[in-house]
Amino acid sequence: MGKAFIFGDNVDTDSIVPGRYLSVSDPQELAKVCMEGYQLGFISKITAGDIFIAGKNFGCGSSREHAPVSIKAAGVACVIAQSFARIFFRNAINIGLPVVESDAAIKDIEQGNVVVVDFEQGRIVNLTKLQSYSFAPYPPEIKAIIDCGGLVAYVQTHQIKI
Amino acid sequence: MGMTITEKILAFHAGKRYVEAGELVTAKLDGVMFNDISGPLAIIEYEKMNYQNVFDKERIYIVLDHFTPNANIKAAAQCRLLRRFARDKQIKHFYDVGLMGIEHALLPEQGLIAPGELVIGGDSHTCTYGALGAFSTGVGSTDLAAGMALGKLWFKIPASIKFSYQGKLSPFVTGKDLILYTIGKIGVDGALYKTMEFTGEAIQQLTMDSRFTMCNMAIEAGAKNGIVPPDQETERYFAQHNYCNRQALFYQSDADAKYSEIFEWEVSSLEPQIAMPHSPGNVKDVGEVGTISIDQAIIGSCTNGRLEDLRAAAKLLQGKKVHPYVRTIIIPATQSIYRQAIKEGLVDIFVEAGCAVSTPTCGPCFGGHMGVLAEGERAVSTTNRNFIGRMGHPASEVYLASPLVAAASAITGKITHPQEVR
Repeated sequence: MGKAFIFGDNVDTDSIVPGRYLSVSDPQELAKVCMEGYQLGFISKITAGDIFIAGKNFGCGSSREHAPVSIKAAGVACVIAQSFARIFFRNAINIGLPVVESDAAIKDIEQGNVVVVDFEQGRIVNLTKLQSYSFAPYPPEIKAIIDCGGLVAYVQTHQIKI
Repeated sequence: MGMTITEKILAFHAGKRYVEAGELVTAKLDGVMFNDISGPLAIIEYEKMNYQNVFDKERIYIVLDHFTPNANIKAAAQCRLLRRFARDKQIKHFYDVGLMGIEHALLPEQGLIAPGELVIGGDSHTCTYGALGAFSTGVGSTDLAAGMALGKLWFKIPASIKFSYQGKLSPFVTGKDLILYTIGKIGVDGALYKTMEFTGEAIQQLTMDSRFTMCNMAIEAGAKNGIVPPDQETERYFAQHNYCNRQALFYQSDADAKYSEIFEWEVSSLEPQIAMPHSPGNVKDVGEVGTISIDQAIIGSCTNGRLEDLRAAAKLLQGKKVHPYVRTIIIPATQSIYRQAIKEGLVDIFVEAGCAVSTPTCGPCFGGHMGVLAEGERAVSTTNRNFIGRMGHPASEVYLASPLVAAASAITGKITHPQEVR
């Protein structure tokens, strides 16, 4: 559960983690610069459990996994968008950052609304407006990765052989 | 129902006779590429997976091209990690400073990409290799780790959009202008999750260098991959570069293949294009922009650092000087391009004109090093992105254009149509 931050369309990965910070791999270091290209010092506004709400094509641009790693390490519980850039989407699933597509939630949720996402039921609940919005379940192949907590754990759990 | 080139490549690698858009498949990989940004994270994740060996030592390509030659101490540590990994795992195709070139120019040049292959890379511009009729796409570090361990990965079969360009391009109009025009038309999410298949008379007339430029920027429209149907030009290029004795498979889309959209454009009267800040989709004719003075011009990158690009720039710069207020940085994309540029006298023309010529690096394109912008500064650049803060300070601006427009602008000090300095 947390407060919603509203972003527009086409938030690019340079806004999430600017290129100058890419010589770092440590999640905690990357958390410090989360959304730094969007607004300097943005991290100071985030509390654990907060939710990002965005328009179309969230995470467009580079393949840098540093972007979802930074968002996750900053404590953001979920990114809800109208659509995601495909590399960002894969990366988020692979590292265990929840990402959900929902037009209804995007239209209704406002800055600062308190939101909780129920992944089992496939529902987003807006506690401020007392509204809920459903979202489509993931395909089973992708849900299996999510259920393991990410691709590394999935590969370990399933002991996939070449 | 027939299949597109992209569907055929993915079906083959998934061991299936037929696939269609939307289907999820697990497909074998012919190559896994990463660099000094995506690589360190990939190695950390790879080690957690507990695999002793990579799936194939000859099919992992490591290129240290982003923060290199090492821009700072942190970058140096990242590169050291990759160097140790490459030695430890006996990675055959490891490119360090001195051998290194910008990955998406380097791999095809070294014969590491064959038509019909399926390649993933830890860089969004991995889609460049579609110019050779291969399927290639960018992934993040954890996918790289799994790809390196397993030699396979899951893919959703993308729907394809067909672009058909008719007519003959006018002088001063290049592959860069065609792709900028296309992104301007369909928007930065116009091909989201999809394939951009580039066809038509104007594409058949393009050199491989220009085709690489077009496929390189497919990601700027959100595409999963860009692809050009292989033809004689593809065969010629591949035969010339097949140093690794790769087997090529030249796929063509079936006549009854399914496309989610088809665009047909007559491009004979197309003008040189430019993407204004801060989106590759914010495209105009160069002649329409008015007076925009610039502080820096960059000619290089995985988009436009190939020989054809340097020759085009040199043609305009020969016997001229760049504007005294414009830092002009020219970056040949690979060592062999650099060497050829020296042999042909291009480097001499550049230095004589007052340009800096650098060893290959991605540095300035992503605001890493070698040409970072200060607050309020403007650059015209042959690179692929102009997001806020891309090349440095959040209040700097990047204008994306062809090498001809960048060179013309470097001479006049403002954004300029190449015919004005001819």
